[in-house]
Amino acid sequence: MKRFSWFNVTSLALGFGFLYLPIVILVIYSFNAGRSVAVWGGWSLKWYVEVFQNQQLLDAAWVTLRLGMLSATVATVLGTLAAIVLSRFGRFPGRMLFSGMVYAPLVMPEVITGLSLLLLFVAVDFERGFWTITLAHITFTMCFVAVVVQSRLVGFDKSLEEAAMDLGCRPAGTFLRITLPIIWPAVLSGWMLAFTLSIDDLVISSFTTGPGATTLPMKIYSDVRLGVKPEINAVCTLVIAVITVAVVGASILSKRQEIERERAERAAFAAGG
Amino acid sequence: MAKTLGPVRRKFAPWNDPAAVPLIEFRNVVKRFGDFTAVDDVSLGIYEREFFALLGPSGCGKTTLMRMLAGFEHASEGRILLAGQDLGSRPPYERPVNMMFQSYALFPHMTVEKNIAFGLVMDKMPKADIEVRVAEMLKLTRLEKFAKRKPHQLSGGQRQRVALARSLAKRPKVLLLDEPLGALDKKLREETQFELMDLQQQLGMTFLIVTHDQEEAMTVADRIAVMDHGKLVQVAGPSEIYEQPSNRYVADFIGDINILEGRVASIEGTTIGIEASSPKVSLVVEDDEPTSVGATVWVAVRPEKVRISHDQPTDATSNAVAGTVWDIAYIGDVSVYHVKLDCGATIRATVANVSRTVERPIGWEDRVWLTWARSSGVVLTS
Amino acid sequence: MSSDGKGWGRSVVIGIPYVWMAIFFLVPFLIVLKISISNSVIAAPPYEPVFATISEFFAKAGEFTSASYARLFSESIYVESYLSSLWIAASSTVLMLFIAYPLAYAMARAPKAWRPTLLMLVILPFWTSFLIRVYAWIGILAEEGLLNWLLMSIGIVDEPITFLATTRAVYIGIIYSYLPFMVLPLYSSLEKMDDTLIEAAQDLGCTPIAAFWRVTFPLSIPGVIAGSFLVFIPAVGEFVIPDLLGGSDTVMIGKTLWEEFFNNRDWPTASAVAISLLLILVVPIVIFQNAQAKAQEADR
Repeated sequence: MKRFSWFNVTSLALGFGFLYLPIVILVIYSFNAGRSVAVWGGWSLKWYVEVFQNQQLLDAAWVTLRLGMLSATVATVLGTLAAIVLSRFGRFPGRMLFSGMVYAPLVMPEVITGLSLLLLFVAVDFERGFWTITLAHITFTMCFVAVVVQSRLVGFDKSLEEAAMDLGCRPAGTFLRITLPIIWPAVLSGWMLAFTLSIDDLVISSFTTGPGATTLPMKIYSDVRLGVKPEINAVCTLVIAVITVAVVGASILSKRQEIERERAERAAFAAGG
Repeated sequence: MAKTLGPVRRKFAPWNDPAAVPLIEFRNVVKRFGDFTAVDDVSLGIYEREFFALLGPSGCGKTTLMRMLAGFEHASEGRILLAGQDLGSRPPYERPVNMMFQSYALFPHMTVEKNIAFGLVMDKMPKADIEVRVAEMLKLTRLEKFAKRKPHQLSGGQRQRVALARSLAKRPKVLLLDEPLGALDKKLREETQFELMDLQQQLGMTFLIVTHDQEEAMTVADRIAVMDHGKLVQVAGPSEIYEQPSNRYVADFIGDINILEGRVASIEGTTIGIEASSPKVSLVVEDDEPTSVGATVWVAVRPEKVRISHDQPTDATSNAVAGTVWDIAYIGDVSVYHVKLDCGATIRATVANVSRTVERPIGWEDRVWLTWARSSGVVLTS
Repeated sequence: MSSDGKGWGRSVVIGIPYVWMAIFFLVPFLIVLKISISNSVIAAPPYEPVFATISEFFAKAGEFTSASYARLFSESIYVESYLSSLWIAASSTVLMLFIAYPLAYAMARAPKAWRPTLLMLVILPFWTSFLIRVYAWIGILAEEGLLNWLLMSIGIVDEPITFLATTRAVYIGIIYSYLPFMVLPLYSSLEKMDDTLIEAAQDLGCTPIAAFWRVTFPLSIPGVIAGSFLVFIPAVGEFVIPDLLGGSDTVMIGKTLWEEFFNNRDWPTASAVAISLLLILVVPIVIFQNAQAKAQEADR
């Protein structure tokens, strides 16, 4: 069958080299004993020690984590509802407006989303801080969840739902017993997407924040505006490590489940003749 | 058209002429994919103007053999010659053969016209000539009305004709057809088979078709090569394949057949006496199959050559066995009787439904005799 | 139609996300619109909290001063940043195609068993922080950074070249950050292409290169279009990249809006910038949606 040609190998090597080299360099230099961004001063963990002694950074990380968990969870519920409405409810008054509102934030520049939400919070005189960032993050991440879940619902064999209702299940029960268990992987990856978007966001957080609520990206941003800081390299390495482990782990897990299911199916097939 | 050319086709048999040189020659061709041998030491000659079919179940190597001729795969061993020239590792775009793909592979971004013209444009044919040729191909395949359409605006049958027109447009030395009618429904498939035969006669080209449908192969081809596990099992004309299968695999693959195992008891010229083991009867077959007394052989009889009746036959020269009617399948043109012999084996006999009367003289659970002439059976040694 | 509960159940399921998006997306948007056309004296901070009712909105619209919009055209900084945003986004999109296409092509032509891994490798950077990936380039492009150190130690240059704080760095940043958005649609359009089409082209006399230009490339155009818009639209409004990698002479509209808002505290002008940015993006967004709808139709 198919093998790699030299052209394809070169393209892959150059492409992935470009994608990964900067990150690899950042990770390596987080272990640099010196302050320089180019000169190697030997291996050291001192910047990591410094990170864990920097209360401001730790506070920011904690805020970001809570924010991400909370907003991703709410956004997943709302986004899943929106996906059901878009893919299963057919026509209803205001459907056009609704789908417009769900899709628009996907392409809306962040500066606009951030600015408009801030003006809302000011207009109703809502005290700005952790909760306003949470509301903002729920709003923009739920649209991504809706798209992920909706694409799964569109590819869903509707006869399964029809069979459940034919057997006497009410719509709500059908959703909980049939639809949700089957689309569950999409809901989970929607949550992960919402979570990573939230902990990664700088612009919308900066607009909607108030005193006392500084997220990790905001902290990193204010520190690096003036150049490279070795302890920020260490923070970035930690963030990259956590996300990589989570994403790769999740994909391996789902891959393994798939293989297991395939194996079970094959075994059942063989047993059944 | 097919009718008028019928007699011509019957006389066409260059493979029996020792002086004839084949147009395509496979010489000891082997193709391996890793550990898997897809084509195993195949030697085969296909003659000019022949309509040749490669027949076999999926995975038997027939498609690989064709793709090697087209240049998409290269033989691991052996040589492939076209008009006396070794094709070697010449790329597909330098070979004077064209292929009609199973999926049709119509370019979705081009109109019917552009699809048909594609190969001619590649040959840098002058524009005016291309137009003439495309018009000719459109006419030939009755697609004039659809010239400006894109593939997705056509029906399955129309797409099939575009694919055919595109592969014929370059007037290749050989046209390769990979399961060309697989996607069509039965009726359209039968019509198209005759159209293909007409086209081949009209254009005087060599066609090589790959198919798993034995009826299709028998209908269209001058000769058929039956393949199994990468090997050629039998290469012969349709009637020979049907009436003189070379072994049980071919007999079983082509059409319906009853096979009885036995031992050779006597040989007198072409008359072979066989003691069948189940049922325990003596059978006589007129066949020139070389074998020896005591050898294990199989007697194969087509259901339509078996007669069924209530009365014990008096004619001692026929073979006869007794049994009970187990099942009757009414197919329309024929009825198939499944007769269970006393030993437990089942023999099928077909009876043509020549009259419209629904009542059949033979019913379920009747005791019947099955008889067939000595010349109706075939002795198979493997 | 299968799981549409009748009555209140259905209304609740529609109502919850609907009301949420109305409050947190539609209303804020209307407020921006209102402030952008209101008098900057009224709206300037300290900003009096006012609830933007519909009637008030229309009342304000009546005394539309357009002062903020007039500023956008009279002061060259705005026009300039619009134009340079569009130019930078467009040209980095084109440059990116030259990197993304071979990569996507090689992925789609790789052995089947490899493809999920390769796909994963493209998606992974997209999951890791955008900010961190932009930041990673600071260390490389800085005056005393890795790239200059490398160039000088090989002896290609004697003096460090200024990469950081230039428009060049902004190009690198955009191409680097948005590469997965370009690769993914290209890959999916190339991957789903039927291999027998290439075989058919070669069978009819195409060399592999001719087959690429006559069959593969035309069929991947939907992917090229989708990828280009996915990159171009957010790149126009980009803030982080020009701010961290660009210099003071790199003006992009997202950065201008940010500065108008945080540094000059001129909210009406910031709102007017936001609205006009949206107006600029409406055209490509509509083209993009149409292209997507068309592509979906062709798939059927």
